[in-house]
Amino acid sequence: MTSHTTHSDPIILEMRSITKEFPGVKALDRVSLRVKAGEVHAICGENGAGKSTLMKVLSGVYPHGTYNGDIVYQNEVQQFKDIRASEHAGIAIIHQELALIPELSIMENIFLGNEPTKRGVINWDEARSRSIELLARVGLRENPDTPIKEIGVGKQQLVEIAKALNKSVKILILDEPTAALNESDSQHLLDLILGLKGKGITSIIISHKLNEIEQIADSITIIRDGKTIETLDVKADGVDEDRIIKGMVGRTLESRFPEHEPKIGDVLFEVKNWTVGHPQIEDRLVCKGSNFHVRSGEIVGFAGLMGAGRTELARSIFGRSYGRFISGHLYKEGKEITLKSVRQAIDAGLGYVTEDRKSLGLNLLDDIKTTTVSANLEKISKRSVVDDNQEFAVAEDYRKSLRTKTPSVEEGVAKLSGGNQQKVVLAKWMFTDPDLLILDEPTRGIDVGAKYEIYGIIQQLANQGKGIIVISSELPELLGLSDRIYTIFEGAITGVLNKEEASQESLMKLMTSARKAA
Amino acid sequence: MNALKKLFGGNTRQFGMIFALVALIIFFQVATGGNTLTSGNVINLFNGNSYILILAIGMVLVIIAGHIDLSVGSVAAVVGVSVAMAMRDWGIPWYAGVLLGLALGALIGMWQGFWTAYVGIPAFIVTLAGMLLFRGLNQFIGKSNTIPVPRDFQYLGSGYLPEVGPDTGFNNLTLLLGLAGVAFVIFSAVRSRSHAKAIGAHVPEAWVVITKLVLVCGAILFATYLFATGRPGTSFPIPGLILALLVLIYGFVSSKTIVGRHVYAVGGNRHAAELSGVQSKKINFLVMMNMSVLAGLAGMIFVGRSTASGPFDGVGWELDAIAAVFIGGAAVTGGVGTVIGSIVGGLVMAVLNNGLQLLGIGADLTQIIKGLVLLIAVAFDVYNKSQGKKSIIGLMMKNFGRNNEIKPDETTRTKDVIHREA
Repeated sequence: MTSHTTHSDPIILEMRSITKEFPGVKALDRVSLRVKAGEVHAICGENGAGKSTLMKVLSGVYPHGTYNGDIVYQNEVQQFKDIRASEHAGIAIIHQELALIPELSIMENIFLGNEPTKRGVINWDEARSRSIELLARVGLRENPDTPIKEIGVGKQQLVEIAKALNKSVKILILDEPTAALNESDSQHLLDLILGLKGKGITSIIISHKLNEIEQIADSITIIRDGKTIETLDVKADGVDEDRIIKGMVGRTLESRFPEHEPKIGDVLFEVKNWTVGHPQIEDRLVCKGSNFHVRSGEIVGFAGLMGAGRTELARSIFGRSYGRFISGHLYKEGKEITLKSVRQAIDAGLGYVTEDRKSLGLNLLDDIKTTTVSANLEKISKRSVVDDNQEFAVAEDYRKSLRTKTPSVEEGVAKLSGGNQQKVVLAKWMFTDPDLLILDEPTRGIDVGAKYEIYGIIQQLANQGKGIIVISSELPELLGLSDRIYTIFEGAITGVLNKEEASQESLMKLMTSARKAA
Repeated sequence: MNALKKLFGGNTRQFGMIFALVALIIFFQVATGGNTLTSGNVINLFNGNSYILILAIGMVLVIIAGHIDLSVGSVAAVVGVSVAMAMRDWGIPWYAGVLLGLALGALIGMWQGFWTAYVGIPAFIVTLAGMLLFRGLNQFIGKSNTIPVPRDFQYLGSGYLPEVGPDTGFNNLTLLLGLAGVAFVIFSAVRSRSHAKAIGAHVPEAWVVITKLVLVCGAILFATYLFATGRPGTSFPIPGLILALLVLIYGFVSSKTIVGRHVYAVGGNRHAAELSGVQSKKINFLVMMNMSVLAGLAGMIFVGRSTASGPFDGVGWELDAIAAVFIGGAAVTGGVGTVIGSIVGGLVMAVLNNGLQLLGIGADLTQIIKGLVLLIAVAFDVYNKSQGKKSIIGLMMKNFGRNNEIKPDETTRTKDVIHREA
């Protein structure tokens, strides 16, 4: 690529050969991105492909110097040292998790950090008139004095955009803007993006909803495993959903999984009509009448995009530890069971390895041995007194059997690598001897070698006749590990595929739309 | 007993505090020309601080669970005045008074626990309200008067072990108590060691154990000598006896039992604890309730010592107790702390107080020094954590700790062993 730069060049942004490494992981490997002025440019890829990392590099979250490669913006190489610098240049990012302050009003949020002043005092009159203007531009009919917490997520998204427009933005980056929105809010947002395009604002949009991308994008860059795969011109190349999916998943499965002969028995656990409401929002459902079953010795995968309701389903089953239970029945070995607390769920033989190891799975102050026994203290206690020596022996056993790399089981779990932390969490649940073990993103943030070991552990547990549920955003992982895969979309199970009939394409189709409702 | 290990160790700040305590004692011993380690002074020190130390025991559990209790002084006062009134006006005997006080403490604790655990109001607010509420209740019940308590009740706060048996020149019961303590420490260390060996768990090196035993037993025997040779009529004080008993019980409960583990788990990561089957509300309720029971006990001991209940009993106690806990190694964010550490922290403050007093330094300077000590003790720890290294004292103490690096076992295949598990 030559760096010819003339003023007629339609390329507003070029990211050249961006490489970003985290300890032990190469998140981006010579990624390139060319965005034309005034277009809507979509970035597609599976979870973990590196999309968000790339956008964080662009917006200065990862400052200049922490990555290799160049960002050329408006014909100049940029060295953003923080978000303020990129915003100042006219690049605004709207994150998946909105950065608004719920207690403040729409107006205060729009001008937060950018307050119009007159002799050092905030000029609220100007702020108000400008925010009315901005709200009109994004099509939001709300009083600027309304607190953010009183408007819905869809409208909050619009406030974020208004906030960006206020900073005279040239490139608007939207990370999964419609993930939390309903159909009509999504449509409104997409229309707004097109409207802004008409006014010369370039948008970069990251989305899993391929139908939306098909609808609004002019070009699509596909990223896979931290590398740029291709850039498609939507009109010229006649791109459709299937074409995008092919680009996103088109990798050959290497032998990343241990050999495994499943020994599947009778139905061990069954869920019928499972319906659960959102914990805070009155009439939003996170699980909509889900039905599924797990046989003993079977590894059942759950595929779905982030926010589809996979974790919510798992946690609501695990002793109603999430959401408002509305209706549904659980059966274990044919008998109905009621699990109202985590304790009951554990006693009934369920185990749940959480998605977020650090905030939900581990007490980072604890050492390995304390963590290992923490879900089943009764087993090493006599009359409620914990036997320290037995605790040590148990932890030592698991350390050896799972090959956890640590100098001692008295080491704090905070000091372990992700893979070894996950082994400790697995040991904790193996020690409760569950019949059904739910694993939520069991290999997130874990390097390839440790993944292989963890797959081996999961398979061995299945061989012992336990039922295993694996929730994962990595389709190759589900395909390699599962005997059967359910797909979830917006809280509803949209299909179930056997190992033989499942492919990344067929799964992706079921998890991005409700069309083929089962 | 493995607790011996925890008695000394756990975290580096506790090591540090034990050293600081010893250093302080030596410093004051020299500076006061030998007036610190006299029978009379040591007995005084225990008598005057036992109720704060009892509060620190409850407070450390509250703080480990991630809360705080500001109401302990007021709770102590309201229990004290109620018991004093009951004994004076209804003529109930002292032991009934004690039971009444404990029950009242439990009742108050249930009130605070209910708001904290089940309604979900931060304990800071609940107990701030409690601080006002129960102080007011104390003055309402006692009509802001001083209410004297009977002689046998005073024994609780100012009594000593009686003289029995032949005249040995020592207080025999104190002597027996000290010897029993030494025997217990040695016995449990030996038993724990053999048990650990039997089940193949990790066994600390012999010299480490012996060194610790010699140090601990030496300290116990020296204290015994001081307490047993006081001026006639004095010996090991009753509040000290109650304190020792409580330290043993709570030290055991917090480190050895399921409930104790759960308190640490809730404070360390409430969500993770809940998802491991811990009933966090119940735990929060229990620690808050327990705190008020101990506050009630502390109030009664204080009333016994000062021979009467008054409207300003227990003012500022919560701060002394909280300071003791934080100096003793607890973390503001919860999940960290030990009972024995808090006692050491409380003793550091007590020795500081006492030593400065002996040196004739005024209350003004004493407070300034105590404030700085609290700040520096915690700052030291925060700094070390942020630097990701151990404290200087921790490094010096390295050889006293466990030093057996276990090499990762590379030979066992995951598969093989899970077969074994099955």
